[in-house]
Amino acid sequence: MSVIPAEYGLVLATTLFVLGLISLLIRRNIIFMLISVEIMLNAAGLAFIVASARWEQPDGQVMFLFILTMAAAEVSVGLALILQIYHQIKTLNSDEASKMKG
Amino acid sequence: MRDLLWLIPILPFAGSFILIVAGTRLPKKLVPLIGSGSVGLSALITIFIGIDFITSTNDQIIQQVLWNWIDVAGFSPDFGLYLDSLSLTFVFVITFVGFLIHVYSAEFMVDDEGYARFFAYLNLFVGSMLLLVLGDNLVLLYFGWEGVGLCSFLLIGFWYQEEKNGYAARKAFIITRVGDTAMAIGLFMIFKALGTVNIMDIQGQAPVVWTVGSQQVTIIALLLLGGAVGKSAQLPLQNWLPDAMAGPSPVSALIHAATMVTAGVYLITRTHAIFELAPTAQFVVGAIGAITLLLAGFSALTQYDLKRVLAYSTISQIGYMFLALGVGAWSAAILHFMIHAFFKALLFLAAGAVIMALHHEHDMFKMGGLRKKLPVIYWTFLIGAASLAALPLITAGFYSKDQILWLTWAGEKGNIWFFLSALIGAFITTVYTFRMIFLTFFGEEKTHVSHVPGSRINIPLIVLAILSTFAGFIEIPHSLGHIQLFTHFLDPILPETILKPEIESTEWMIQLLAAALSIGGVFVAYYFYVMKPALHVQIKSTIPQVHNFLLNGWRFDSLYNWLFVRPFVYLSNINKNDFIDWPYHALVNVAIFFNRIFSFTQSGILRWYLIGIVIGAITILTLGLWM
Repeated sequence: MSVIPAEYGLVLATTLFVLGLISLLIRRNIIFMLISVEIMLNAAGLAFIVASARWEQPDGQVMFLFILTMAAAEVSVGLALILQIYHQIKTLNSDEASKMKG
Repeated sequence: MRDLLWLIPILPFAGSFILIVAGTRLPKKLVPLIGSGSVGLSALITIFIGIDFITSTNDQIIQQVLWNWIDVAGFSPDFGLYLDSLSLTFVFVITFVGFLIHVYSAEFMVDDEGYARFFAYLNLFVGSMLLLVLGDNLVLLYFGWEGVGLCSFLLIGFWYQEEKNGYAARKAFIITRVGDTAMAIGLFMIFKALGTVNIMDIQGQAPVVWTVGSQQVTIIALLLLGGAVGKSAQLPLQNWLPDAMAGPSPVSALIHAATMVTAGVYLITRTHAIFELAPTAQFVVGAIGAITLLLAGFSALTQYDLKRVLAYSTISQIGYMFLALGVGAWSAAILHFMIHAFFKALLFLAAGAVIMALHHEHDMFKMGGLRKKLPVIYWTFLIGAASLAALPLITAGFYSKDQILWLTWAGEKGNIWFFLSALIGAFITTVYTFRMIFLTFFGEEKTHVSHVPGSRINIPLIVLAILSTFAGFIEIPHSLGHIQLFTHFLDPILPETILKPEIESTEWMIQLLAAALSIGGVFVAYYFYVMKPALHVQIKSTIPQVHNFLLNGWRFDSLYNWLFVRPFVYLSNINKNDFIDWPYHALVNVAIFFNRIFSFTQSGILRWYLIGIVIGAITILTLGLWM
């Protein structure tokens, strides 16, 4: 069985990360912004897996499990916040939530 | 009894302290009791000490050093009291007349919400004034001097809700401050030259250190005169006194007629050793007095406001005292101070009662016919006015003013100009005094009398009226019986006035002249204001400029406004952005600049923050890779 070179995996992870970042920057809808963050998290997780496979060490996979757990917690908190924002300003547009303007 | 001297100034201070701390919580009956009681006790002690003074023949001086006040490198003024016959005269007037005015105020101010505050200020004033005249050194005197200045400020602005009263208070404070500064410099120079501030040591050392007419002593005397001129409202610092009438009438009577404004006379008399060494300065004292008494007299002729007439007349009468000091007639000046305190306090108190009876009407031309309505006030006012006008033989004012007139003529330092101004001043005094009487009490009633004063107003008036009549008999001139109780009383302290040789025989002529002028003044006033009342209106309308000029006190206010206030405002406008402030303003501006930038980045839009984070992360990573 041929091994996929680590570079391919890393390029995929980077691409995913950059896509997530760009969508985070250009999206106004808070839910989509949350999804973008998830994509970026998973891209980071993928990088860990690739590295773990490259060095044949289990640490990277353990780290991915951590990221998964953390992402679950983050989503639950994030969704609760989004609900609250929606209650307060009746929209999901993040630009409207600008009460902290200096 | 003599050991109780320290109680005299302490009692009013204690009264003031109690009233300041607990005044509003005390029952209203207790407030005047504390206020006038403390001064009354002081007056009682003064009278006992005075009797002791007169009856005992041994030393006529009481000294009490309470404690050493300051002790720095040879400068060690004591907190010490010093009483001789000069300060006793002042203490007597302050406590006794002060007590009567307190009793009067108990009724006069009864409806005022600041009743306790008023008595607290008044007591504080009496205490400070007593320190001024009892202090055994010039620093303690200066302490009292500033204390009375403060109380004068507080009491002129007593009804502070009205803006013009606050303005008058500030005006009085600032103008007297000009004189006080000169006086302070004088004190510094005295200490530098003599190494002491104790008055007795100064009296002793001054003739040793300085020769007559030396430049230094002349400058010191002129600086002290500056202080006296400010406090006593003499030219050129006289224009605060008419405005000071914004205060309640008892205040005008106590502070701006009887006591505080004569502090300048006290200062010059106290330091007479210095003035005798500086003949030029002493001549200036007399000249200031002579000019002031004429200026103020002419202004008094044109005033409408009853209290302003009295204010100008006070300036004019203090001018007489300065004139007397200038010709070296020390005891005559002090006698006139005492008599003036009696009749001027009486006039102010009576004027206050008239004004109160007429619903705060100050304009004399709206008064009239009060002779029948307010008989007690009419008779006491008439007695006070007669004393002010120095009607011959029957009034106290005659004996004191006649002595001044005589000594400006006959005294060695007197001259014909001083004498003429005093003579003309005497005539004007009578005219404006009786103008006041005829306008206020004669003619037909123009304003209805709403309030007839009670006994606490009448009794002080009657007591003062008795004093204004009989106090003069302690000093009867040579030609009329020769009684010199007062001069002998002051003899050990004040030098005698030296007369020109061979002049004694003309005394009766001077007296006759003065008497004729003062009686003539009454007739002139009667002619203009009772017989031909249309005449003065006609004169007024033919020369309105002159009338307004005198009405506004020779326009000194406009002159000072033009000379000092406007340039000062102009300069401070230029220097509004003081260059010393520049670095501090720059600091503020830098802070404001960065504040603007940073608050701009706080746009509240989440995505901008994200971009910030991304750019930051990229920068750090790039740097990390490069390094």
